Amino acid sequence: MFLDFFADLRAEGIPVSPKEYLTLLAALSAGLHELDVDSFYRLARCSLVKSERHYDRFDRVFARRYRDLAATTAALAGEVPAEWLEELTRLALDPERLRSLEDDGRSLAELLETFRRRLAEQEGRHEGGSKWIGTAGRSPFGHGGFAPGGIRVGGRGGARRAAKVWERREFRNLDGEVELDTRNFKVALRRLRNLVREGRAEEFDLDGTIAGTARRGGLLDLVYRPERKNRVHMVMLLDVGGSMDAHVEICERLFSAARAEIAGLEHYYFHNSPYETLWRDLRRRPGDELATVDLLARLRPDHRLVLVGDAAMNPYELLEVGGSIEHMNAESGETWLTRILAAVGGAVWLNPEPPERWTWTASTRMIQSLMAGRMFELTLDGLDRALRELMRRGGAPSGS
Amino acid sequence: MPEAFDSSSTYVVAPDLRVAVNAALHLERPLLVKGEPGTGKTELAREIAASQGLPLIAWHVKSTTKAQQGLYEYDAVARLRDSQLGDERVHDIGNYIRRGKLWEAFTSDGGAVLLIDEVDKADIEFPNDLLLELDRMEFQVYETGELVKARRRPHVIITSNDEKDLPDAFLRRCFFHYIAFPDRETMVEIVDRHHPGLERRLLEEALETFYGLRELRGLKKRPSTSELLDWLRVLTREEDAVERLRRARDGRDAPPLVGALLKNERDTRLLDGSRPRR
Repeated sequence: MFLDFFADLRAEGIPVSPKEYLTLLAALSAGLHELDVDSFYRLARCSLVKSERHYDRFDRVFARRYRDLAATTAALAGEVPAEWLEELTRLALDPERLRSLEDDGRSLAELLETFRRRLAEQEGRHEGGSKWIGTAGRSPFGHGGFAPGGIRVGGRGGARRAAKVWERREFRNLDGEVELDTRNFKVALRRLRNLVREGRAEEFDLDGTIAGTARRGGLLDLVYRPERKNRVHMVMLLDVGGSMDAHVEICERLFSAARAEIAGLEHYYFHNSPYETLWRDLRRRPGDELATVDLLARLRPDHRLVLVGDAAMNPYELLEVGGSIEHMNAESGETWLTRILAAVGGAVWLNPEPPERWTWTASTRMIQSLMAGRMFELTLDGLDRALRELMRRGGAPSGS
Repeated sequence: MPEAFDSSSTYVVAPDLRVAVNAALHLERPLLVKGEPGTGKTELAREIAASQGLPLIAWHVKSTTKAQQGLYEYDAVARLRDSQLGDERVHDIGNYIRRGKLWEAFTSDGGAVLLIDEVDKADIEFPNDLLLELDRMEFQVYETGELVKARRRPHVIITSNDEKDLPDAFLRRCFFHYIAFPDRETMVEIVDRHHPGLERRLLEEALETFYGLRELRGLKKRPSTSELLDWLRVLTREEDAVERLRRARDGRDAPPLVGALLKNERDTRLLDGSRPRR
């Protein structure tokens, strides 16, 4: 019945499954909605969408699909009782009936237009049009005013709110594709928690002991197990200055979320490309330096590396000896970056620029290939995918 | 046929929530409710139970909660002790099976509303471990071979604070509703249920300040509905509260009794810092 709508939702990236589609059909046939657009919208949303992050996308699809309908019902709001529009809605929501209408050589838009014109005429003829609107029972349109599958109007009066819920786009800020506040970053970063039981078995396992003892018919069987530890160590390298100035805010939010969520977070700063020196402080003052080799010496395969930057620079800053715009570097940025990447068990690059732009810049393309395609957009969705990638790559130990 | 669910004298139900609840009640599917803290998620379950005239069985999930605990627990320690004391009860293993909340809900006469509160607190596999039981509304007690089957399917309400992603298979079975923070209009309704006859001017001013505070950037904990209600309660006892609220809005003073809204020192300092200097 609403297969096109269903397909649209999937095309927008909302993970609706046939199971949910059937749920919606079941709800509809149980007569749960009042057959107006609003309640159809609500019912469809609570059965098909399972995360507030997809609410906005759902609203957009819904708006596109039912624009004509919504426009008409809104235009007619207050002029006619809501129930009069029921049949209209039913019609517009049902592609099959719509098709039979089109076979008749009429489009929905045409039909709506006729409906509106007729309504205006009626108002013209009846002075103080509100009177006939209030009339209970059959309307001037009567049953089957427009056959076949026409608009059948009639019913009780009722008020209707003009602004459509899905047009207000109230959930825009919750969409995973837009950048979000610290809390959402935090939630995403929790994916990095990888608690494993590691080391010597020295924690007393009460449940295991009880089960073991019961199994042995009452003879005490002491069971120990290793402690749970989060074995993810994260190193974050942040590009600062220059073209990154425009993205300071989002980087800060990401950073503060990461700091709150990950106990063993180390972070350093660089400008455009990492070379032989990194900085501990945002201002990159003398005395704050850390030799990159010192960091390399400490990195182990259970370290995860997150690079944050727009990867936009002059190609020679990345490729040439002495290419840095700040100092004379003895080895190229590419060399250093490759070394760092080789030292860790998994790395991703988060880019605050939208992906459409990545191909514009030569240096971004180069870094993208150095990262073997593991560059992600600095949005909630991008971060989510990046972290999945990180956890998958380091060969996250299974079992706990 | 379940009773239709709607606003009550103490609880305001937005239209989209009403649709979601009624759909879940009719089709006997679990309803998953998410939303900011303080938007009345737990309260919702209580209201649903009241509207259906059914008992509410609440299962508050913690980080250590296991799915099995909702079904039953076998108290091996008690049995071991009894066996050593030579207690006769030891021969019947059924004496050592402790019923969990699901069992309670399944066997409740005339049905029940089962609240699984903060499901995301538990281990990531927790929801999956309950899938089969919630689908079929039955489970087996292995120790005794007993089959526990729901006489009437309980209505299941699940709340989540989004601390962990829930598994897809679990989500597919639920109706979902996200409780947005109430807009002004709804908030006035909510306040009216709790403080009927509140002076309009005071309410207007207080809401202005309240929503302003929520907009303040960098707040650690944004004040929620319950805090607003508490704040209003104390404000009504203040003299010239309206005047003081108005002065605060111009940035001349801190809002009166703002400690009822902002619960930590950092936030209070943030507010002080945001006021224009004289």
